[in-house]
Amino acid sequence: MGARNVGAVVKRVEDPRFVTGHGRYTDDIVLPGMLEMAFVRSSEAHAVVKSLDTSAARAVPGVVAVWTIADLGAIAQKPMVQSYPSPAIKQNFTQHPLAKDEVCYVGEAIAVVIAQNRYIAEDAAHLVTVDYESLPHAIDVREAARADAIPAHRGAQSNIAATVAWKFGDAAGAIARAPHVIRETYRQHRGAPHSIEGRGVIAQHEPAADQLTLWSSTQSPFLVRRYLAQYLEREEAGIRVIAPDVGGGFGPKAGHYPEELVAALVAMKLGRPVKWIEDRREHFLTTTQQRDQWWDVEVACEPNGKVLALRAKCIHDNGAYLPYGLLLCMTSIVPFPGPYAIPAVEVTLDCVFTNAVPTSPIRGAGRPCAAFIMERTMDSVARTLGLDRADVRRANFVRRDQFPYETGGRLPTGVTIQYDSGDYAACLDMVMKSSAYTAFEAKRAQAAKSGRWIGMGIASYNEDTGLPPYEGATVKVLPSGRISVELGSCSQGQGLETIVAQIAADQFDVDPEKVIVKTGDTAISAIALSTVGSRVAATAGPSVHLAATQVRDKALRLAALQLEAAEQDLEITRGAVHIKGVAERKVTLGELAKRLVSNVNVPLPNGFTPGLEATAYHTPERPVYANGSNVAQAEVDIETGAVTLLDYRVAHDCGTLINPMLVEGQIVGGVVHGIGNALYEHMKYDPDSGQPVTTNFGDYLLPIATEIPPIRLEHMESPSPLNPLGVKGAGEGGTIPGIACIVSAVEDALKPLGVKLNEYPLSPERLLELIDEKRSAK
Amino acid sequence: MSDRRTIEVTVNGVRHTREVETRLTLGDFLRHELGLTGTHIGCEHGVCGACTIHLDGAAARSCILFAVQAHGCEITTVEGLAKSDGTLHAVQQAFRDHHGLQCGFCTPGMQMTITAFLAENSSPSEKEVREAISGNLCRCTGYQGIVAAALDAAQKLRGA
Amino acid sequence: MKPAPFKYHDPRSVKDLVGLLASLENAKLLAGGQSLGPMLNFRYLMPDHLIDLNRIAELAYIRPGADTLEIGAMTRQRTLEHSQEVQRTCPVLVEALHSVGHIATRNRGTIGGSLSHLDPAAELPGVCALHDAMLTVAGPNGTRSIAMAEWGVSFMTPNLEPNEVLTGVTLKAWREPHGYAFVELARRQGDFAMAGVGCLVALDGNSKVRRIALSLIGVTTTPVRLSAAEKLLTGSDLAGEAIKAAAAEIGALEALDDAHATGTYRKRLAGVMLGRAIGRAAERARMQGSRQ
Ligand code: FES
Ligand code: FES
Repeated sequence: MGARNVGAVVKRVEDPRFVTGHGRYTDDIVLPGMLEMAFVRSSEAHAVVKSLDTSAARAVPGVVAVWTIADLGAIAQKPMVQSYPSPAIKQNFTQHPLAKDEVCYVGEAIAVVIAQNRYIAEDAAHLVTVDYESLPHAIDVREAARADAIPAHRGAQSNIAATVAWKFGDAAGAIARAPHVIRETYRQHRGAPHSIEGRGVIAQHEPAADQLTLWSSTQSPFLVRRYLAQYLEREEAGIRVIAPDVGGGFGPKAGHYPEELVAALVAMKLGRPVKWIEDRREHFLTTTQQRDQWWDVEVACEPNGKVLALRAKCIHDNGAYLPYGLLLCMTSIVPFPGPYAIPAVEVTLDCVFTNAVPTSPIRGAGRPCAAFIMERTMDSVARTLGLDRADVRRANFVRRDQFPYETGGRLPTGVTIQYDSGDYAACLDMVMKSSAYTAFEAKRAQAAKSGRWIGMGIASYNEDTGLPPYEGATVKVLPSGRISVELGSCSQGQGLETIVAQIAADQFDVDPEKVIVKTGDTAISAIALSTVGSRVAATAGPSVHLAATQVRDKALRLAALQLEAAEQDLEITRGAVHIKGVAERKVTLGELAKRLVSNVNVPLPNGFTPGLEATAYHTPERPVYANGSNVAQAEVDIETGAVTLLDYRVAHDCGTLINPMLVEGQIVGGVVHGIGNALYEHMKYDPDSGQPVTTNFGDYLLPIATEIPPIRLEHMESPSPLNPLGVKGAGEGGTIPGIACIVSAVEDALKPLGVKLNEYPLSPERLLELIDEKRSAK
Repeated sequence: MSDRRTIEVTVNGVRHTREVETRLTLGDFLRHELGLTGTHIGCEHGVCGACTIHLDGAAARSCILFAVQAHGCEITTVEGLAKSDGTLHAVQQAFRDHHGLQCGFCTPGMQMTITAFLAENSSPSEKEVREAISGNLCRCTGYQGIVAAALDAAQKLRGA
Repeated sequence: MKPAPFKYHDPRSVKDLVGLLASLENAKLLAGGQSLGPMLNFRYLMPDHLIDLNRIAELAYIRPGADTLEIGAMTRQRTLEHSQEVQRTCPVLVEALHSVGHIATRNRGTIGGSLSHLDPAAELPGVCALHDAMLTVAGPNGTRSIAMAEWGVSFMTPNLEPNEVLTGVTLKAWREPHGYAFVELARRQGDFAMAGVGCLVALDGNSKVRRIALSLIGVTTTPVRLSAAEKLLTGSDLAGEAIKAAAAEIGALEALDDAHATGTYRKRLAGVMLGRAIGRAAERARMQGSRQ
């Protein structure tokens, strides 16, 4: 028996329930006596709520209650708990579960209606009249960052939540001395997550046991429990949070939200279960968004393209509140200098409050932003020095013989940043080959003859994945002989159940489909944190492996006793332990498990603890670094500015592949998210009113199937030395370089005109404007 | 003042008679009155396609139809695709074979869109498949596995 | 996002429908529901009465005449797309339909709904303008006919009284051999056009324009015929200069600004679409000619 499942294309164990419509998402759960909630939300970007009239709403038949913050009790008068507090925060604002008197973005919850069903709840919410006193708002982040800016929060001295800096080496010195210094300004744009299932929560309280249970469409049941316990001043033991099937997360479902708190408080107060299902309008208005940043970048380099230093300043639009502390800001600056060996980096970031939807990480967190800066920088170095873009990257890559490579920087925790393994140049070579990179100029010339403008883009990245400190796992052999795996972590579509089944199955030579997997429930004993940052495969995965190995060892030890053989003479085949080469001399795992659960007055075998099971934690000290290079081809319609994507190639390395099919799915999905950011998704706010204007799927454009080119993938495997499986994460590896790669391709298509693209999204209208500028200058 | 009507609909071959409020959407009717929660609600404004069902054989979005409009109609939902012995429909099997789903939330709508499409066009090109699913949003897969699944299912259905 | 309550009516005949319209206040007509449904769910509209036209069988038909194509208001877009008669008499309608939403929305969406909703970027009103359509409207005083040119009153407002309903539309088919095209630019497949141009063109033996029709969508508040351009191009050989001159008419139009595109950009696009539509239509016209 060997590892037959890890590394193989194994069909997903979760699919049968999903393809038949038998998944169980939050809105599919119905509890007896359950009520539904709808929220009255701010229609103003910034205002004081002077008064509220709920009388008409309360009179609607079927309405049970209409509550404001005053009705939620003394405990709910404080602001919400911040997920990642930091001493660097100078001004701290988190939201109240319902607005106290000031509202700071359109969509902020002001009151809650609890009714027989959602239709009635919305009828009533519509009848609540709110008397606002409008306040001036801050919506343009660059204006908001100024010392004399209109404050996004009444009475605040400025809008700067924090200024964070991150540096190593002597960037200033290098810039002063370098033969070439390139200066550019970049703009990145906010987008919204848009998992197709929105957020949602059900809360139930059993007064007899004082037990609170939440079903939440979340990426982090354990964190939701933690923050609920803190806020509600209860023991975690009295709270259970369950993530049922979750219809996509992409980051914003990792946080905790006002609606979860309100649901819990309402359920406790009314003594009846309540449900709230976010609708798409609410998703636009209230689920955290990400990526609005302005960057000023200075790069020092040598004539051969070798980059000596990068110094940058970033203004980061944080939106109205800081639910997530500075995590997003830090992930925008710590990834520098990406896959490159650059001796000096100095990045400063101002985290700025505005009256927009609060922000938190979305697929890649700050990393796609940092990669955009790094990759646009590599292109600008090539452009300025007249070098090939791939050559510039190769000249700067961390070399294969440099691993483990210390960048010179330290993580905010103080641990040195160390890239564990990889071969960045080889990965680039792979994608150049598959995309016929060197043949492109001939192709461009050919296309130009028929009036077509085509271009090729390139982007490389690396990514810290498998973030510390742990995701626990319990592996059990049940008395029936079936294997079960229990994880506190949960999946939002990544296929976690399948990969942990594969990992466990290998230890017992069983079919992964037969492994029972339970996830996403704080009632599970193995503790967990959060499915974010491409970390679960490389944290929970090794934990499952460790636990399964311990169980296997225990089984062998007991079997040796029962079969009167030496352990090393035993092997496990199809779920039974037998003497090597003698299949009949066996004992099944089920029999061994039964022996270890034993019965009253039947002692356990000498030296054995009860249960054929183990809980284990892989506890890495530092992340493992995935990497890759992408090449895209795009065509620009020079008369309209419309972009058509022609081809997209990826070569990437996320260490040992557990299931190549699932990794491919993660990467392709991530690339398409990047395509959305680069070309389509634009969350517009009206500067005069502060109102968000693209709040439906007709105005806010997600990428659709017709706009996506074929995406072809090649895997490289540089196992990580830092975990027993050698795995690294892949969930964000498509998005991180994706935006930069598309923008690079479009810029390249317009190379004959000299158009420079330092921004996204690239709407046809904006592109035409840039094309016109160059044409009229000629 | 709720306005109510009695409707009779056949869903996945089963006749149902229910009194409903006239403003109840067909999607909510299927999910909450009949408990057929495989039909998902992703946008409630007719764009994401997650709620797609077959109304008298044609793909339609159940979030912008009212249940009363389905009176006298035959509806098929994702729960009606597999055979009663549990054998998956070729499209469902192909979704699994080609990793055409991740979180599964868009999946029922995608499958209903594709089954209706393949009934009209049994040997589509990749471009035609992409057009056919262009009214269905998926945030997870990047569509590639879905397109592969549809093409494979088309082939299997032709062969069968 | 649940609709507010309303009283639902589902008349079975135009007569009953007209009767309901005469007696009900604040009523909305439900055709395919692909635009109205979202507006009800968002509560942008909260009518007291909803009158469902879907059970009026007499409103769904396609009747080709000698020089005409009569279409009932409740004819589904998908039915038109698949109709041999439509393909034969007004192929530009089929071409335009490929850009209308997606299969599932075309399965429900109707031509009458599209004409009555009158989104400035909708394709079908543009095709009706191109084919000099006559619209039939029923009301308390019987029926009346309105030319497509008179149909759009202002932004999303057709020439229709609250107690009237559009029952059908008659497109004038071109008898002479001609080329056709409907060309638009939308952000993605199936989105509303930022600008789109429909073109019908018949050429004479010298490849000069004998007759041409041009309509524009997505730019002005209602679809328009570009009659000055048509006049300029009649008799021309459709050379670059002639098209350029024709496109100049677009510059004078007052264009829409919204989240998707500014008016300036829309007009610029319209010029490009005009050239492309004429190009494709003329090519088809030439192929027709060479086949004869
Ligand atoms: S829920 Fe019906 S189309 Fe999105
Ligand atoms: S699989 Fe998650 S939205 Fe499609």
